[in-house]
Amino acid sequence: MAVSDRPASGAAPGIAMQLGPWLSRYGTLAALALLILFNFAVTRNFATWQTLNINLTQVATIVIVAVGMTLVIASGGIDLSVGSLMAIAAALAPLIFLNRIVTFPSPYLGVAVAFVVPVLLAGLFGLFNGWLITRYRVQPIVGTLILFIAGRGIAQSFTDSNQIIFTVPEFQFIGLGRFLGIPIQVLIMAVIVVLAAWVLRCTVFGKQILAVGGNEAAARLSGVRVDRIKWQVYTISGLCSGIAGLIVIARNSAADSNLVGLGVELDAIAAVAVGGTLLTGGRASVFGTLIGALIIQLVRFTLLANGVPDAAALVVKAGLIILAVWLQRQVAT
Amino acid sequence: MSALLRLLRSQGVLVALLLLILFGAVRYDHFLGPFNILSFVRYNSMFALIALGMCFVIMTGGIDLSVGSTAAMSSVVAAYLSPFGLLPGLLGGAAAGLGVGILNGLLITRLNILPFIATLAGMLAASGTGLLIAHNESIGVSYDSGFTDIGQGDFLGFPIPAWLAILAYVLGSLTLNYLPFGRNVLAVGGGEDAGRLMGLPVDRVKFSVYAFSGLMAGLAGVQLAAQFGAGQPTEGVGWELFSIASVVVGGTLLTGGVGSVGATLSGVLLLGLVFNILNFENGMGLVSLRAHWQSILRGAFLLIVVIVQSRLALRVRRKA
Repeated sequence: MAVSDRPASGAAPGIAMQLGPWLSRYGTLAALALLILFNFAVTRNFATWQTLNINLTQVATIVIVAVGMTLVIASGGIDLSVGSLMAIAAALAPLIFLNRIVTFPSPYLGVAVAFVVPVLLAGLFGLFNGWLITRYRVQPIVGTLILFIAGRGIAQSFTDSNQIIFTVPEFQFIGLGRFLGIPIQVLIMAVIVVLAAWVLRCTVFGKQILAVGGNEAAARLSGVRVDRIKWQVYTISGLCSGIAGLIVIARNSAADSNLVGLGVELDAIAAVAVGGTLLTGGRASVFGTLIGALIIQLVRFTLLANGVPDAAALVVKAGLIILAVWLQRQVAT
Repeated sequence: MSALLRLLRSQGVLVALLLLILFGAVRYDHFLGPFNILSFVRYNSMFALIALGMCFVIMTGGIDLSVGSTAAMSSVVAAYLSPFGLLPGLLGGAAAGLGVGILNGLLITRLNILPFIATLAGMLAASGTGLLIAHNESIGVSYDSGFTDIGQGDFLGFPIPAWLAILAYVLGSLTLNYLPFGRNVLAVGGGEDAGRLMGLPVDRVKFSVYAFSGLMAGLAGVQLAAQFGAGQPTEGVGWELFSIASVVVGGTLLTGGVGSVGATLSGVLLLGLVFNILNFENGMGLVSLRAHWQSILRGAFLLIVVIVQSRLALRVRRKA
């Protein structure tokens, strides 16, 4: 009896042990694949170039913000200010390319400056977050809450809370243009994802971010300049938010500082969580975040395309986040 | 000296609040007039209720992002029940909020999901449910059943919402300072593992604070419906972060283990006063401060508080 029991009791954990790491690595990818297969079977007109483009353009800005968020969360922090920083960049850019601040000799110069300065300003505000968090030992939630509240006010003060409407093709190609049939914003998203994944996986800086998030005291003792890593990740998060803000206004042909980036912090955090990055820091996956954002987007699309109201999609999204995080816990333990 | 520092740390918000009131009283004619005071406390009692629940959650080291959309959903439920009278509307709204709180508590204690994520999901679920049952529209309340009294009525010449908030804060303060549950809340926030080893009912404490926070958000939703005459499924956006800010301004640490119910109330009033004073400043007609200054000033307040707290904390630690 004892002998015949052994293989049976040994096999079960054996499979679980093999399945565990596989699930934790490819679980979200498998979920995305299942979702796509489901749509092929159920949703009409799903397998079209247009459906792909709609979903990718809708998800691009969230992914860009979520990539910065992934790095911040990997370092053990969180950034609630991303939506407000998007609004700041979004409010400043039109003022520049519409020559409201200074008159540029050439419209191309104005547009070029409008790409660079707002993103840098958003990065600067990100740096401010990092400074507050490291210099005064403020908790990241509180430190970034300050700009979450004040940042939108700053953006609104740029435009006096008015919406600015414009048609500037030289600027708007980042939201409306295509290259080889692929929307430019999707390409920007792809570049940022690949770059961030490479940084996190293959560079010393990436390892140090994870070290800080995993065990800050240990990282400090082993010579990592913890404070510098922190203000760097918040700056990167700010830069990503700035880029996302510009894409949003280019797509809309309008900059509304009251609405740009509203609630995006929670979408980004949800994408990071579904993507398998530990919210306590120390373990992160940029590609996971991309897949997480795609899953959330695709679930919403699936529901809307099949006639489920948007409000119900919110409830499903809530369940999805819980399910994903819970499954990851089960696999990890 | 360190006693003074400790006093400043615990009562700093109160001092700032009094200074701001003094500023307003000196500068504006009707600032301390009954109309302004009564409408100020009536409106801000909603936020006071939410911040009280948030304060308890934060003292356990957690966070509750769902309060804003819970209040919105509860306002819809209360509006639907308002034709049946005050009590059904009140109890229905409160129960809806409590339901979300219980759900949050179960996710956090049973499934071991981080409070940030669990209540983020709670926020989405409450918001979606509110929109679904209201069919994406505001739901008008009944004015014939006496339901609106709970938001618009007075008792002894003072707004009923303010009485409710005062009652909640007195009970909250007594619970925190004199009941075992209050000590358990702080102990769980101070160190969950240590609390567990000491045999404290950690999960029960955590479950209770989220349920309580949901209940408070539900009551705030009832207020929202009763004061403004409609259940509003799209209200409440950003309330969670505003109430977190109030709690932080009140000196409660987000790491848990330390906190004060009274200072949280001061925090709510302080942030509310910024808005009130801006209105008066605009009324003087000298400068026109648009609404966005409200968020900038609130952010600046939070910044100052956070930096001062950090400096005081460092100094107290050095003296100790």
